[in-house]
Amino acid sequence: MAGKVMAPAVHLRSAVALAGRFPALSGVDLSVDIGEVVVVVGPNGAGKTSLLRTCAGLLAVTSGEASVLGHDLRDDRTAVRLEVGLLGHAAPLYDELTAAENVRFAVRAADRPTGRVDPALDRLGLTGRLRRTAVGRLSAGQRRRVALASLVARAPRLWLLDEPHAGLDAGARDLLAELVTEAVGGGAAVLFSSHEPELAVPLANRVVAMVGGRVSDERRGGRRAPLAAVPSTSDGGSTHVA
Amino acid sequence: MKPLAMRPALVRGLGIAAVVSLALTIWLGLWVTPPDEVQGNIVRLLYLHPPVAWVALYLAFGVAALSSLLYLWKRTRSLFWDRLAAASVEIGVVFNALTLVTGSIWGRPTWGVWWTWTARLTSTALLLVLFLGYLALRRVPADPEVRARRCAVAALVAFVDVPIVHFSVQWWQTLHQGASILTPTHSFKVHGSMLWTMLLGFVAMTLLYVWMLIVRYQIEVLKDRVGDEELEISLAERRAEGDAPPPAAGGGAPVEPAGSVR
Amino acid sequence: MWRDALLVCGKDLRIEARSRVALWQVLPFALLVLLLFAFALGPGPSALKAAAPGLFWLAVLFSTVLATQRSFAIESGEGTRDGLRLSGIDPAGIFLGKAAAIALQLAVLQVVLWAGVTLFFGVRVHVVWLAVVASLLATVGLAAAGVIYGALSAGLRVRETLLPLLVLPILAPVLLAGSRAWEAAINGSVATGAPWLRVLGPFAAVYVVVGMVLYGPLQEAG
Repeated sequence: MAGKVMAPAVHLRSAVALAGRFPALSGVDLSVDIGEVVVVVGPNGAGKTSLLRTCAGLLAVTSGEASVLGHDLRDDRTAVRLEVGLLGHAAPLYDELTAAENVRFAVRAADRPTGRVDPALDRLGLTGRLRRTAVGRLSAGQRRRVALASLVARAPRLWLLDEPHAGLDAGARDLLAELVTEAVGGGAAVLFSSHEPELAVPLANRVVAMVGGRVSDERRGGRRAPLAAVPSTSDGGSTHVA
Repeated sequence: MKPLAMRPALVRGLGIAAVVSLALTIWLGLWVTPPDEVQGNIVRLLYLHPPVAWVALYLAFGVAALSSLLYLWKRTRSLFWDRLAAASVEIGVVFNALTLVTGSIWGRPTWGVWWTWTARLTSTALLLVLFLGYLALRRVPADPEVRARRCAVAALVAFVDVPIVHFSVQWWQTLHQGASILTPTHSFKVHGSMLWTMLLGFVAMTLLYVWMLIVRYQIEVLKDRVGDEELEISLAERRAEGDAPPPAAGGGAPVEPAGSVR
Repeated sequence: MWRDALLVCGKDLRIEARSRVALWQVLPFALLVLLLFAFALGPGPSALKAAAPGLFWLAVLFSTVLATQRSFAIESGEGTRDGLRLSGIDPAGIFLGKAAAIALQLAVLQVVLWAGVTLFFGVRVHVVWLAVVASLLATVGLAAAGVIYGALSAGLRVRETLLPLLVLPILAPVLLAGSRAWEAAINGSVATGAPWLRVLGPFAAVYVVVGMVLYGPLQEAG
């Protein structure tokens, strides 16, 4: 895409990452720019979750190039963690603590002002009694919302969402679309995986297909131009960001 | 050290030297040197027990601790140090057990008991348990780098404990009763042929340790090489996951079930 | 780093306050250990009296293992373990925070155990300051070493059996020094007891430093 002035948010070239002895990523080529939304699709076991975890610095890259937000993952994969937000299958929530306490912990851990906690919870529709209930007692969908609230409150520069639509009701899914738009509007990049292309493709600038631990295909997505790009000559479609 | 380990002639020579010096020590110890006036023949253990203890407590564990440190330090991080540490600890365990056994054998006729809680024996026994913990940790299956890091930390943390243990146990003993009969340091003189034989014993044990270390290290390398080859195979299999076309789906890539990525 | 430590310590203690595992499981276990010692050593008071300091510290040591396992069980869920690594908290801060939380729980435990020992074994501490200082130093050391080994065995399925095997030998000097110090405190002879603080102090200092340095690499090895 034209207009690549800043370093890409994610840059992987022939990246191989191991989970134990298993080659989760067997040579991934992927670039994601700031302001872009990219969705990764593929069958189970293709490595989508591993890709996201690698970008978060949780899996070690053993060969190839890998840099996220300017940090070289092969040098030190812990430095990047403050700037990314990963929403995995299992939410990083402490069952005994309330939603508000969990989000406050995440916010303070990232050195962000605690004033961000309440607005984030409000945004995710977690108000009143819900806020003060121990997370272990909430439903799965509500736990997802709390995890999302943590993410929103931390405001990372790279969002890594692992099948974010799973476990969310219709209202929350619309909310997710808005949050993604706001995130890229604020200068972040979003990389997420999905099993539901009808929901995912309209959200994304690009769609990347993975199989066997590497990228097999790339296409245009439903979202038109990435934020920083000048209206390109590619097609005559309207240049609105959904 | 790496190229040294790989030169078979040198390693074999080392092994032969170890066996020869050990045989010489035993011969000298059992037949040539005279028995002590007080201790009798049991003093012949002097040619084995201190050398074995030296290897177990200082050499093996020291090498393991140093190697662990070098593994953890970024500048010198390399699986070589991890393998060396593991090999050293394994040998250390054997020598440690031998130290306890020879010490116990010495103690029986000397003090009349098979075991006694002297400072040295107690510390040595604790050290054995620490070594065993390291080996237990090593057996837990994991990726080599992960396992190496974990074991290196365990070795260092244990190493740091050793002087504390030794100091406190020794102090405990001196507080309890005076030196008297229960100390392992005996007042007989070691001189002449006895001294030379003991020194030879030290040399023999050290050579034995070094030889065993190299051989054990080589085994570790081979084990890891098998693991690497298995990794290559699984890497290839992983990559091939995407290549086989599905039987019925009209030639589409097995990427997206709903097929809307067009 | 200190703020991070406070954050983690607060989080662990708050979880404990809600779940009360230490209160309802670790503390009763410690008292149970004392009771079992009584069964083992017989009803005659002299054996128990003589062994009291050692038994007290043995109970504390076993409780340390339990408390450490509990501390890491908090993050046993897949999400929370990653969450702590991803949170960006300085690993040394995590170490200090967890150790502080465990230390506080152990301190409370020791107060109760002290009462138990006084009651059940019939001993009285005469030199209180010696016992208190020894306990404080020992607790710091126990908690620090516990957290290091807790992190070491955290991700492993065999952790329940591995943790005691790994950490208890390390804690042996604390058992020794603590028992001697308390023995002196009970007998009233400061001169024999105070020097043992020279073992407990360095032990605590060494393991706190080692933990702060090595916790980062340890976390990544999971």
